[in-house]
Amino acid sequence: MSILIRNISKRFGDFVALDDVSLEVDGGSLTALLGPSGSGKSTLLRIIAGLEIPDSGEIVLSGRDATALAPQKRNVGFVFQHYAPFKHMTVRENVAFGLKVRKRPKAEIAQRVEELLNLVQLQGFGHRYPAQLSGGQRQRMALARALAPEPQVLLLDEPFGALDARVRAELREWLMHLHDVVNVTTVFVTHDREEAMEVSDQIAVMNRGALEQVGAPRALYDEPATDFVMRFVGDANEVAGVLVRPHDLDLLPEPADDALEAMIVKATFLGRDVKVDLHGSDGSEVIAVLTRDRYEALGLWRGQTVWIRPERDRAFA
Amino acid sequence: MHSARLDRLGLRFLALAYLAVILVGPLAIVFWRTFEHGLAPAWNALSQPDTIHAFKLTLIITAIAVPVNTVFGIVCALAIVRRSFPGKGLLNAFIDLPLALSPVVVGLSLFLLYGRQGWFGGWLDDHGIQVLFALPAMVIATIFVSLPFVAREVVPTLREIGDEQEQAAYTLGAGGWQTFWRITLPSIRWAVIYGVILTTARCLGEYGAVAVVSGRLQGQTETATLRVQERYESYDFAGAYAISIVLATLAILVLVALTVLRPKEGTS
Repeated sequence: MSILIRNISKRFGDFVALDDVSLEVDGGSLTALLGPSGSGKSTLLRIIAGLEIPDSGEIVLSGRDATALAPQKRNVGFVFQHYAPFKHMTVRENVAFGLKVRKRPKAEIAQRVEELLNLVQLQGFGHRYPAQLSGGQRQRMALARALAPEPQVLLLDEPFGALDARVRAELREWLMHLHDVVNVTTVFVTHDREEAMEVSDQIAVMNRGALEQVGAPRALYDEPATDFVMRFVGDANEVAGVLVRPHDLDLLPEPADDALEAMIVKATFLGRDVKVDLHGSDGSEVIAVLTRDRYEALGLWRGQTVWIRPERDRAFA
Repeated sequence: MHSARLDRLGLRFLALAYLAVILVGPLAIVFWRTFEHGLAPAWNALSQPDTIHAFKLTLIITAIAVPVNTVFGIVCALAIVRRSFPGKGLLNAFIDLPLALSPVVVGLSLFLLYGRQGWFGGWLDDHGIQVLFALPAMVIATIFVSLPFVAREVVPTLREIGDEQEQAAYTLGAGGWQTFWRITLPSIRWAVIYGVILTTARCLGEYGAVAVVSGRLQGQTETATLRVQERYESYDFAGAYAISIVLATLAILVLVALTVLRPKEGTS
């Protein structure tokens, strides 16, 4: 089901958490809310869930105005950053909770819980308490719990934030797989651009309570709408007043129009590419990424003076 | 090293000696004096009808005050931790009032409210409702003095567990009541039990406020603690000690219960 966010604003005292944010999330899509901490992305997620009431604006779920609807009535699954497991319940009881409060028949609950435990690969852990699980297992339990009542929307707040790198990568893969299987409209919050790029099919970049740009990962990278997006979704250099990605820079052995004189400080081999650290004559620090072929063709060395020419730059007003 | 060890032993000795003189000594003497002449005098004293009535009365008052203060304490703690409303700071401060206020003052203030010249006294009198020198005033006095314990135990526990579990329950479709019974209450259960035990101990031992409002009518408005005083003043030392022993034993049971429960708090 689709989510429509219309002109949502929210303040906490003097702090403007969200300022007139509008966003459309298609049914069945996987959307990332990407932004630095304090950008309002978690607040927006909590407003979609009904855990926070917006000062103004509307939330429309599947074409129905849900702005004034209690969280209980939104049919939204929410996975908290620290999973919020019910500590006094076993894994099975945790997952069954949403079905029990809906007074579903016992046999149906038992069957659905087993299905979900299989889906999140926690079969055999049903009798354990959350304290007896690892971080990754706890997160999968929280996911199973959120999915149990068959929500129309799944919301995840920094789902991989509290896990170590290896488990993170594993769970990312697994979340994408899960989304293919369950196909529930999913929105997750992250401050990690690689995570957003890898997992989602739509990214909404947020900054200081406002939406900067919405688009497919590739569109954001190639056609950033603002200075902030340019810097936030990828590496960016400022060369002679314009922003340019490291691999959109070329180095020339001789002066040229619109080229900046610079000295090579360091060159690092990254396999197929070479990362070149430069010191511009205007005092700027620039990083260029060349293919190894290009680098070797130029016959560059450390300490050499070269001219930097942006191949594709983006000037923002 | 050597002197540090001596220091430690010295401190330990000081602490234990202090406890022995102040707490254990008097308690031991009460036990000794009670059973000085065997079990029979103590048993006789305890089986007097007025003494039995006094214990019954104490239990009735406790049985009313504890549940009332348990519900009130949980509601107050939830209001203090989970809600924000004007006057919250005041509520938080006022809950501790009974700890700071002498019970005698509590008793006197009830006099001012329910006495014949008091605010409610006239109305109550007109309608034939007796509050002072009867069970209602004794219950109110006991509720007042034992009010803070449940709330004071539950507040820090509620803060510690946070409200994420409750929010998770909401998103899973649980209403306010369901969330309270299935999530909040189980999470704070040890704090509640601990508070209930402390409240019970306070109710059983209450003397000052009840002494003022009860009128101390033997066989009618005399609680166990009042009965101890009355027996003592009538030179029936065996009776006074025997009742004291029962109260002291209850206190020790409370202590044991608290000691057994305390470590569980951390793990639940």
